[in-house]
Amino acid sequence: MFLWVIKRDLLLAMRQRADVLTTLFFFVIVVSLFPLGVGPEINMLRAMAPGVVWVAALLASMLSLERMFFSDYLDGTLEQMLLSPQPLSLLVLGKALAHWLVTGVPLALIAPILGVQFDLPIDALLVLTASLLLGTPVLSLIGAIGAALTLGLRGGGVLVSLLVLPLYIPVLIFGAGAVEAISVGLGASAHLSLLGAFLLLSLVFAPWAAAAALRISLE
Amino acid sequence: MAINWFKYSSPASFYSLAGKMIPLFSIISIVLFVLGLYTGFFVAPTDFQQSEAYRIIFIHVPAAWMSMFLYLIMAGWAAIGLAFNTRLSSMIATAIAPTGAMFTFLALWTGALWGKPMWGTWWVWDARLTSELILLFLYIGFMALQAAIDDPRRADKAGAVIAIVGVVNIPIIYFSVKWWNTLHQGATVSLTQSPKMATTMLTGMLIMSLACWMYSIAVILMRTRTIILERERNTMWVSDLQGAA
Repeated sequence: MFLWVIKRDLLLAMRQRADVLTTLFFFVIVVSLFPLGVGPEINMLRAMAPGVVWVAALLASMLSLERMFFSDYLDGTLEQMLLSPQPLSLLVLGKALAHWLVTGVPLALIAPILGVQFDLPIDALLVLTASLLLGTPVLSLIGAIGAALTLGLRGGGVLVSLLVLPLYIPVLIFGAGAVEAISVGLGASAHLSLLGAFLLLSLVFAPWAAAAALRISLE
Repeated sequence: MAINWFKYSSPASFYSLAGKMIPLFSIISIVLFVLGLYTGFFVAPTDFQQSEAYRIIFIHVPAAWMSMFLYLIMAGWAAIGLAFNTRLSSMIATAIAPTGAMFTFLALWTGALWGKPMWGTWWVWDARLTSELILLFLYIGFMALQAAIDDPRRADKAGAVIAIVGVVNIPIIYFSVKWWNTLHQGATVSLTQSPKMATTMLTGMLIMSLACWMYSIAVILMRTRTIILERERNTMWVSDLQGAA
């Protein structure tokens, strides 16, 4: 059932490839805006790069959250999922993982190319990708809570940013911190371990909270 | 004699109980505020390092404490409301949020006013300041979510979920000065050690904290009463109340 949800969501995403690509290009455009805004001073850009890429990843991941439940909510699939004998939190976990596979993974894979634009060295690029791979699933999992809470509300899109962005801040700090640490020669393992801890914690608690939120929203 | 504690979990009986308690807490709070401010401004000695500027702690520290306590209490009531489906608990949680947000803002603001002469800057991005700012965002998110949902029962429950999720931030704020090397100084007051400050300063601060507690209770009760009236406007007892007035 868990695999079925992932498979189904991936299939749906493949059928609407434009949605996935829009998120990806949003990410690319936001990152590209910064050098244009602050000027092409290479040392400043190198210092800014981790933060800029991470903030753009946060926004891109957040903007696509609505997709996670909304279309299923509209056509009634979500209600059927609630009625099914499988635990709802497992279904939510499946949907969050599918969301990560279609938004987080492409972001992490394209990030090194953007990092090159900012003149990041090779080891920093590797850490950037690693930190995005560890951090973006946390974003999808936390985002699932926000998406479930704001399901079907007016102004849901803006509201979800108000709910979810404060909770994203720790991931941003340690994700960008990992790249900064490797750039100044400190080693990124502490930051990456903390990101891993966030991931484990949110894997355990977020599906459960999001499932409770879905039940409330669909009551 | 067995006391029926659950009597006051009914909004109707709590409404009249709160009405009786509000003047009591308001008066205590005013007395304590006057006493605490007097101690803070006239009795407590001038600090030898920070001169008069340190006196901001008499409002800054209580406000920061309250911002964290109130969040925990809010999340606690919200959780009780979610678990036991008690309407009143959720109403109290809703009533706490604006007061908590106010104290969070006050702590940040007074901190900025103190930071300018002491650190030479209004704001630094250190762990405690940042996490307190996140706390403000959490309060605002809670209020915005509840405001966006028309059905009050769904608003209660949805707010409860986000409040409980946000609780992770409280230990981070509290321990931030221990976990990270921050510009913000560590705790001066603790339950296990003798305080590292003059007794009169401590007394003034504790009186001010109590005053803030009493103020919060009074204001939260008032707000709860308003919420009760708003939600129960179609019931018999509210129209009886109107007839009597």
